[in-house]
Amino acid sequence: MTARKKKTITTNLWCWAFVSLTLIFYILFQGYPIICSVIYSLHDWSGMTPDMRYVGLANFKNLMKDAMFWSAFKNSFKYMAVMVPLEVSVSLLYACLLNSPKLKGKTFYRACLFLPVVITAAVAGIVMSFIFSTGGAVNYILTSLKIVDKAVNWMGNAKLAVAAVVLVSLWKDVGTYMLYWLAVLQGVSKDIIEAAELDGANSIKLFFYVTLPVIAPAAGVIVILCTINSLKAFDIIQTLTGGGPFFATDVIATYIYKMAFTADIGMPRFGYASAASLTFGFVVIIIGVILNLIKGKLQRKETAR
Amino acid sequence: MKKILTHIFLALMSFISIYPLIWTIVSSVKPGTEFFTNQLSLTGFKPTLENYIRVWGKASFGTYFLNSVLVTVCTVCLVVIMTNLAGYALGRYNFVGSKLLMGIFLSSICIPLVSTLIPVYQIIRRVGLMGTRTGLILAGAGGAHVVFLLLYSNYYKTVPYELCEAAEMDGCGFFKTYLNVMAPLSKPITTTVVIMESVWTWNAFQLPLILTLNNPKARTLAVGLYSFKGENTVDWTGICAGGAIAMIPIIVLFILFQKAIVDGMAGAVKG
Repeated sequence: MTARKKKTITTNLWCWAFVSLTLIFYILFQGYPIICSVIYSLHDWSGMTPDMRYVGLANFKNLMKDAMFWSAFKNSFKYMAVMVPLEVSVSLLYACLLNSPKLKGKTFYRACLFLPVVITAAVAGIVMSFIFSTGGAVNYILTSLKIVDKAVNWMGNAKLAVAAVVLVSLWKDVGTYMLYWLAVLQGVSKDIIEAAELDGANSIKLFFYVTLPVIAPAAGVIVILCTINSLKAFDIIQTLTGGGPFFATDVIATYIYKMAFTADIGMPRFGYASAASLTFGFVVIIIGVILNLIKGKLQRKETAR
Repeated sequence: MKKILTHIFLALMSFISIYPLIWTIVSSVKPGTEFFTNQLSLTGFKPTLENYIRVWGKASFGTYFLNSVLVTVCTVCLVVIMTNLAGYALGRYNFVGSKLLMGIFLSSICIPLVSTLIPVYQIIRRVGLMGTRTGLILAGAGGAHVVFLLLYSNYYKTVPYELCEAAEMDGCGFFKTYLNVMAPLSKPITTTVVIMESVWTWNAFQLPLILTLNNPKARTLAVGLYSFKGENTVDWTGICAGGAIAMIPIIVLFILFQKAIVDGMAGAVKG
């Protein structure tokens, strides 16, 4: 009995020793920073000098009146509202086409469509700023096809800059979701598809009556991942438009970066930027929780049926 | 007919998908004068390495490249060691607090990086690692690496318990059993983790950007290229050469380990 007890204690100690490294890094770079964020957000602090002045909730109050914060906040959600349906549907289309067993060259297509995912987003943003420039490929195609008379300045116009950000992000990330969908589609039984095909179902019917019900539960996970990722967007936007023109493409991440680390909007303000990042982080978590609840509900319905 | 349309569509999309990469690599070997008369042509010029030579030395892309390699290698090693150990304990044993720990780690998925960015910057500054590769490595290895933890713990769960018992019969303790029997078995997962973490670390931008604001010498390729573009807006072929230096290693890695990357990504959504 005591020997066994001793063994349990040793095992427990070993287990804690094994998780300690991860735990230390987690506490140091994720847990403790969250607490720090809360403390910073209650202070007026530039971050550059040691003097912090406690101001209570003043940062949050000012934030609510800050037009630039709200503009970035709205942009983040507009970006999400456009990106999620676009990314989820286009990637599903790719995956359905590539999932066909008879298709020749599908490994090649898959590799091409996925390749942008592994490229550094910051580098992709810079390269794409050239491709969308007045002498770049996009304008060349638009003028050759006579869609526009002369080259358009994508980055100089608020609406066009937003469109460019959306198109580039779609190009960069769609491969990720395509892979997710392909993994999910593996779960659709080939026998059922063949049987349905024999019964004369066309591909659209096949998709809605055979494929969709099977992939619906996993779709929830993909939508959640896509939502959270689109709200985190920074690299491509910062390198492609820098949030411009005139903050039209500023999202929360680029706004906070500007606020805390650059002199683009006055002196760096760590306290204020922390309040902004906490507010936004809180909203993201709420959205995550809500989406998870919806997903859980839908899945329960699915199994009940 | 439908088949042909599918092929045309997929071929077109594939071309659009890789065109920016082809354009960058082609432009990176284009002489500057040729580039400004025709920046779209993909052929019909004499390739040159002068852009690479220019940015490698004068624009310190050599340093950036070395920084990216060192930071990636060290971060990956650190992450593999810590997630393998933690994944083993969490997947294999039901120890006091294991459920709570897993819950805490899992919940970190939804914390956006931007919420911890400012304090991480402060922590690195306070310990005197601002603008150093060590700072980049430590901050880069921070966080819970939920995907890798899940991959390892799910894998270790499936290893038959008889194996461990046999090792224990032979007199192996907890650590020896892990090191000699279990850890070598996790090689396929480790391959996935190494490749995915390499891609992520190599591509990281936001964190390296703020941690090297004060010291250009410690910048990685992504950050270096961004600041280079800010300072040399007209040197397009130079920027393309820099971009190609950042892209090519990762493209090679992708071609070599396509299957592991694809499986790893797919595993993340199933987990």
